[in-house]
Amino acid sequence: MSSAKNQAEKIKEISGVNPLKCMKCGKCSASCPAFNEMDIKPHQFVSYVQNGDIEALANSKSLWKCLSCFACVERCPRDVQPGKLIDAARQLVVRQKGQTGLAPEEIPELLDPELPQQLLVSAFRRYRR
Amino acid sequence: MSLNNEEFRPKIVAFCCNWCSYAGADLAGSSRLAYPADVKIIRVPCSCRVNPMFILRAFEKGADGVILCGCHPGDCHYSTGNYYARRRMTLLFSMLDYIGVENGRTRVEWVSAAEGVKFSQTMNEFVEKIHSLGKNVRLGDLRCRN
Amino acid sequence: MQRIGVFVCHCGSNIAATVDVKKVVEMVQMEPGVVHAEDYQYMCSEAGQAKIAAAIHEKNLTGIVVCSCSPRMHENTFRTAAQRAGLNPYMVEIANIREHCSWIHKDMEEATKKAVILARAAIAKVNLNTPLQPGESRVTKRALVIGGGIAGIQTALDIADAGYEVDIVEKTPSIGGRMSQLDKTFPTLDCSACILTPKMVEAAAHEKIKIYTYSEVEKVSGFVGDFTVDIRKKARSVDANKCTGCGVCQEKCPSKKAPSEFNRGLNTRSAIYTPFAQAIPNVPVIDRDACLKFKTGKCGVCEKVCQAGAIDYTQQDEIVTEKYGAIVVATGFDTIKLDNYDEYAYNQSKDVITSLELERIMNAAGPTKGHLERLSDGKHPHEMVFIQCVGSRCSDNRGKSYCSKICCMYTAKHAMLIRDKYPDVNVTVFYIDVRTPGKNFDEFYRRAVEEYGVNYIKGQVGKVILKPNGKLLVQGSDLLDNKQILKEADMVVLATAIEPEPSVRQIATMLTASIDTNNFLTEAHPKLRPVESPTAGVFLSGVCQGPKDIPETVAQAGAAAVKAIGLLAKDKLMTNPCTAKADELMCNGCSTCANVCPYGAISYEEKEVNDHGIRETRRIAVVNNALCQGCGACTVACPSGSMDLQGFSNRQIIAEVDAICR
Repeated sequence: MSSAKNQAEKIKEISGVNPLKCMKCGKCSASCPAFNEMDIKPHQFVSYVQNGDIEALANSKSLWKCLSCFACVERCPRDVQPGKLIDAARQLVVRQKGQTGLAPEEIPELLDPELPQQLLVSAFRRYRR
Repeated sequence: MSLNNEEFRPKIVAFCCNWCSYAGADLAGSSRLAYPADVKIIRVPCSCRVNPMFILRAFEKGADGVILCGCHPGDCHYSTGNYYARRRMTLLFSMLDYIGVENGRTRVEWVSAAEGVKFSQTMNEFVEKIHSLGKNVRLGDLRCRN
Repeated sequence: MQRIGVFVCHCGSNIAATVDVKKVVEMVQMEPGVVHAEDYQYMCSEAGQAKIAAAIHEKNLTGIVVCSCSPRMHENTFRTAAQRAGLNPYMVEIANIREHCSWIHKDMEEATKKAVILARAAIAKVNLNTPLQPGESRVTKRALVIGGGIAGIQTALDIADAGYEVDIVEKTPSIGGRMSQLDKTFPTLDCSACILTPKMVEAAAHEKIKIYTYSEVEKVSGFVGDFTVDIRKKARSVDANKCTGCGVCQEKCPSKKAPSEFNRGLNTRSAIYTPFAQAIPNVPVIDRDACLKFKTGKCGVCEKVCQAGAIDYTQQDEIVTEKYGAIVVATGFDTIKLDNYDEYAYNQSKDVITSLELERIMNAAGPTKGHLERLSDGKHPHEMVFIQCVGSRCSDNRGKSYCSKICCMYTAKHAMLIRDKYPDVNVTVFYIDVRTPGKNFDEFYRRAVEEYGVNYIKGQVGKVILKPNGKLLVQGSDLLDNKQILKEADMVVLATAIEPEPSVRQIATMLTASIDTNNFLTEAHPKLRPVESPTAGVFLSGVCQGPKDIPETVAQAGAAAVKAIGLLAKDKLMTNPCTAKADELMCNGCSTCANVCPYGAISYEEKEVNDHGIRETRRIAVVNNALCQGCGACTVACPSGSMDLQGFSNRQIIAEVDAICR
């Protein structure tokens, strides 16, 4: 439990997002272009982080289906920015594997030919240095 | 002299104008927005009532920081008071800086009657800043120390 | 030496829970001048005040410190109590140990320590207090109402009915305000014009009410009971005394391309116009930016057709100066601009409209003569989507952080009216929460759902897409079904957030009335003085103070009127005795103080003084106590230090500083 709590704290720290600001309007899910591909919907990210259910989030399809297009970040009326939460969860998973990024051989397995490769772009955006 | 191993509790004087900032501080209170107890508020009718002498006196008597809060520019209850305050304080603070009372120890902030949150935030920031600067020793009256 | 009594209030548990009240009593007894200290559950109660009175008599107290809530709350209570017991009310000081101490600190030891220091500062001040006598000032028995909407009209009627003169200043050519733009009103579906127009007529006909339309407040000086206001009467270019309101000029005017403000720019009006048919006064105005005569010098049709000879192209703006005892602000609201909300396609499609625009479309006098039709192609819509909370409840920088309060109800009204008049139109409402606190409000909303079959979906809309076939694609979420919805619509209506009318900022500055971060005027106390501004003599009516529906606005308008009447009924007001005073022996007549005084309260006199045996005539500053408001600007400007502020003297404030830094 406490480790789940720690993980939730970690996600808040990485993303800089305060999930308590969410008023549950659902504008994120209304904006999401990958909505139908996701098992956990964007508006649910917040409650998962709030409830500390990070494991479910880490194992979800959504983690890798999010395009990081940041439409939800842009439109969120409360500055909660669910896109940043899922970005942080993704990082958490990657870090747990003891890496600072995805290994090149891991990428093809996660690639989805149906989806545009914004995720990769966003990864580059984040990890370039 | 207080013991060195004791935690440093700064003495902070806040001058608040009656119409905006004092009411803002009241709102911070009724909204239970905490800030350190080191801040003590003195009510003045307007920020322009604050004579530079009061601030010098505070530092002389051992204050570690002085903050002056008034209405936002243009919103002064007496129309122009905060403009006078702003000019006077700009001059005073640069002089104080010159004689060694760092700029971080003095501050002017505009807080309206509706800005309880801002009041509390400002005080938290200010106290933190004073903590980082440590005790003010420049203007203290050395004769009173033992 | 003063004989000071200190009274520490528990305020139930508000103070006593975090401040050790007994300890404060014990500590303050060691302070110089303190001869009495006690604590009590509720100092402000009758029993508490009786304790103060008893102590004044028994111990011969000359000064009092009450450690309690903010002086903004109960300073007056305790001063009056002291006065009743024979003490000068200005010998009372308050140490604010509730708002500034017990409510913000958790640690008892720390809070107690601070409370003691605050009490010490107040004691140090009282030691230097002197008895003060308030002066008197007269009250001009006339009120000014700024804004001629339903709030201003109601306030003016109520004040006038009580027998006082009232002037209404309205910046548009007619009174009526936002309410005149509405079609129907919730929750009873009265026709807005039918209930408003009689009030407008009544105001116009009332012998005590004078209406300045097409006019703006330009300058305000003075103070409670004696304001002097400059009103700019903008040039109408029409002589109101001659005009018969026949309307021929508007009909014949060849320049008909100016966007109609009244119809929210959905159609156009002529250059010479009255905003709407029931306008009061029924005297048109020439819009000089649109008029051919003013733009090119050629035209003059209106002058030729006007049989009354009322057209006057040479008319100039006129400044009227008037004195008032009370001022009521009733400036109302506007909807926010939607430039930051690209996702709703408001600027891209004519079929995406705001609710206020729909109000005009539904109105028989509106741009479509009351027919519901798409503004892009005039076709009858079959699918309508309403989006709630557009710009409301947004804590990002794009919208407003508050709830606009009226949108849930007017959306239900619109949905219901459309389903009633056009059963073939499907209506979908995307909502976050439906907020209906009000008499018969929730029943009204439920009727929309249950009887009229309006489809309410819980979820916000993410994007409105303009399709090539002219239809709109609404992409929203259904949170209860956990689905994303794509809905084709013919028209989209945005429940746009409301904000205070932007001109209220300048008015607040002129009145030195305080305003919050959202430009709503601040009330003197959020619960107990909701219709008064902290600036004495200024009252608040309607949405300028916060979002409100019509019944609430009318109720507040009446309340503001009563407060204004209470002021006008007085012949004289007590003035604040905390005024500036020059020390004759120190003043050198340099004029620095007079230069900084915002009220012109300082003048100079040649006066004979006795300076330690030397008799001579000197130029000395004299403060007019009726004009001085006690800001203290002069006290700091004075180079010789002769100017001081009574009640907040240099010595008193320094004593406080010393007590705090001790």
